[in-house]
Amino acid sequence: MSRAWGITQAVDLAETRRQMTSSMSIPLPSVPGDLRPKPVQAAARILTVRPVGAYREFTLNAPGVAPIAEPGQFITLGVGGEDSALLLRRAFALSGAGGDTINVVVAAHGPGTRWIFERRSGDVLDLIGPLGRPFPPPPPGGSALLIAGGYGAAPFVGLAQRLLSSGHAVAAVIGAASAERLCAVAELAALTHVLIVTTEDGTAGRSGRVTDVTPELLPGASTVYACGPMPMLRAVAAQAAARGLVCHVSVEEAMACGIGVCMTCVLPVIGKDGTSRFVRSCVEGPVFEAARVRFDDIGQLPEDLHGASAMRAAQ
Amino acid sequence: MIPRALGGVVDMRTTLGLTPIPSPVLTASGCAAAGRELDPFLDLTALGAVVTKSVQLRARSGRPTPRMAETPSGMLNSIGLQGPGIEAFLATDLPWLVRRGARAMVSIAGGSVEEYAELATRLRTAAGMIALEVNISCPNVESRGEVFACDPAAAASVLAAVRSADPGVPIYAKLSPDVTDIVSVARACVEAGADGLSAINTLLGMVIDTDTLRPVLAAETGGLSGPAIRPVALRCVWQIHRAMPAVPILGMGGIRTGADAFQFVLAGASAVSVGTAVFGDPSAPARIAHELAQILARKGFDRISDAVGFAHRVAAHAEANQVSG
Repeated sequence: MSRAWGITQAVDLAETRRQMTSSMSIPLPSVPGDLRPKPVQAAARILTVRPVGAYREFTLNAPGVAPIAEPGQFITLGVGGEDSALLLRRAFALSGAGGDTINVVVAAHGPGTRWIFERRSGDVLDLIGPLGRPFPPPPPGGSALLIAGGYGAAPFVGLAQRLLSSGHAVAAVIGAASAERLCAVAELAALTHVLIVTTEDGTAGRSGRVTDVTPELLPGASTVYACGPMPMLRAVAAQAAARGLVCHVSVEEAMACGIGVCMTCVLPVIGKDGTSRFVRSCVEGPVFEAARVRFDDIGQLPEDLHGASAMRAAQ
Repeated sequence: MIPRALGGVVDMRTTLGLTPIPSPVLTASGCAAAGRELDPFLDLTALGAVVTKSVQLRARSGRPTPRMAETPSGMLNSIGLQGPGIEAFLATDLPWLVRRGARAMVSIAGGSVEEYAELATRLRTAAGMIALEVNISCPNVESRGEVFACDPAAAASVLAAVRSADPGVPIYAKLSPDVTDIVSVARACVEAGADGLSAINTLLGMVIDTDTLRPVLAAETGGLSGPAIRPVALRCVWQIHRAMPAVPILGMGGIRTGADAFQFVLAGASAVSVGTAVFGDPSAPARIAHELAQILARKGFDRISDAVGFAHRVAAHAEANQVSG
C-alpha cells in the first residue's frame, strides 16, 4: 500500500482481471425488489482474515448467501455472542461473493466492530444477508465511473467485476485520509481501465480528495457510482448532476436491525411520485439514485415531507 | 393433553383477554413493523401474535435522524411513530398478515382521546385483528403535551373511549414505567375498561456525544429498551400482578432468552412480547418460545398457565413460614 498510485493502465494486469471476473460473470440485476431472493440467517464460519491497511477483509463461508448476493448488497453480523451487551448488528457491504463464500471489509470503529475485527479464522459469526438493493446496471454499452472513500471501495470490487464482464468500460477514483485507510486498490487496479488514488495527506497517490480529480474522469462516464461518507456522496452527487449524469450512491446510515423493522436508518428521498419520504436505507437502499436523495435535509424534518404535517400537529 | 410427566409436551396455549392464542410469545410494538420483514426469519403463524407498530390516524414522517443510540445492554430510540396512517394500514399491512395466516395485535396511538376512539372505531371488525394494544405513552396535545400514561385519569379517559368504540377484541393498555406508581395507572385503565395490561413501554433516557457536546439523538431524549430495563419491567409486572392477580398481563422489557421470558411468567405475565432482541436476532421470538417450553418442562409445569404468577405463591409461602417460624 506504500506504492504511489497514479493513473494506472491495467493492461499489464489482464490475467488477474480475467481470473477475477470469472467468479461474477452474470449481468447486473434488473429484478424488482419483491422478486429478489429473501435474506437468510446463518452461522457463518470465518475462513480467512486478511489485513488491508487499517482494515481486515474477512472471507466467510455462507453457502446460502453467496449465490444470491449482488454487488451493492450488504450483510449484517451479530456482535459478541448470545450474552453480549452489544445488542445491535453491524452492517458490512459485500466486497465479493463466489461459490460458497462472501467477503466483507471490516473497519474497527467502536466496540462492536472491534469485536468482529478481532475474530479469527474458524470462529463462527451470526450472519444475515444478502440485504438491501444492489447497484443497478448502466445503460447498455455505457461506461461507469466508480468513486469511493475509505472502505467504501469494498463493494466496488464486485461491481467492477460485473461491469467488466458485461462489457462496460470502468474507471475508478478511490480516496482516503491516508494510505492505510484505502482498500481494494490492487483489486480495482486489475478491474478498471483507469484508476486514480487520492489521499488527503499525500501518503499514496495524489494529494487531495476524490472530488478534486473526478472532473478529469466525469466527461467519459455515462453512469457514476459512489460509496463513502455522506459529505463525499453529496459532493459527488452535485458533480454528477452538474453534468447531467445518472449517479447511484450507496449510503451508510446508522442501523439497528438492517432488515427494515426498526426505522432508524431513514433519510429523506424523493419518490417516483414526486413525494418525499423518510425511507429506510436498509431495505429501500443502501443504493439510491443520487438525484432522489435530499442531502441538504438529512438530519432535518423538511416541511414538505410526507407525514411531516402530522408531526407538527402533534406538537 | 398428556401430562408432561407421562411424556407429553408443555401446553403453551394462553389467552389475550379471552382470546386463545397458541403461543405465549409475541413480538413487541415498534420492533416488528407490521410483521412482513420478519417473515424470512421465523414462522409468523407460530407466534402468539404479531404486535404491529403503533398506527395513528394520519401518515407520520417520524422524527429526523439520528434516531438511535446503542447503550450498555440496550438502545435508545426516538423514531416518532413513523407510519402510514390507519387507512394504508387497513388497506395493506393487516391484509398481508391475514394472507400470511398470522394473528395481529394492533397497537394504536393518538394525540387526543378522540383520536384513540376513532382508531378503535375504524378497526372494528378488522379481519386478522385478535387484540388491540393502546399505546398511551403519547403526548396529549390537548393537555400541554402531558403523556396519557403518566396520569391515571388521562389514561383512563383513553381506555374508556376505546372501550366505548367497541372494537370487538380484547383491549390492552400499554403502560409506561416512567411513573411514580404504575399500579395506580394500571388500576385506572382496568376500571375504565381495559381487558389486560401490556407492561412495559420504554424508559425515557438520553446520551450525550462527548465529541460534539450535544445529545446524540436529534430529539435529545428517547426510549430506552433492551436487557438494561429488564429488572425494571419485571418489577412492574410483579407489582401489577400482586395488586390485580386476575388481570392478564402481556409482559415485556428486555426479554432475550426463554429464561428471561420465564421470569416474566413467574412474576405474573400470561404472555410476553419480544422487542429489542429482534433487532439483534430476528428469529429470537421463535427461539425464546422454544426455550421457554423447555424450561417449563424442566421445572415440572404441564401448562404455562400453571406458572403464571407462580413466584408470588412461592414468596407468600416463604413469608408465611417466616411468620410462623
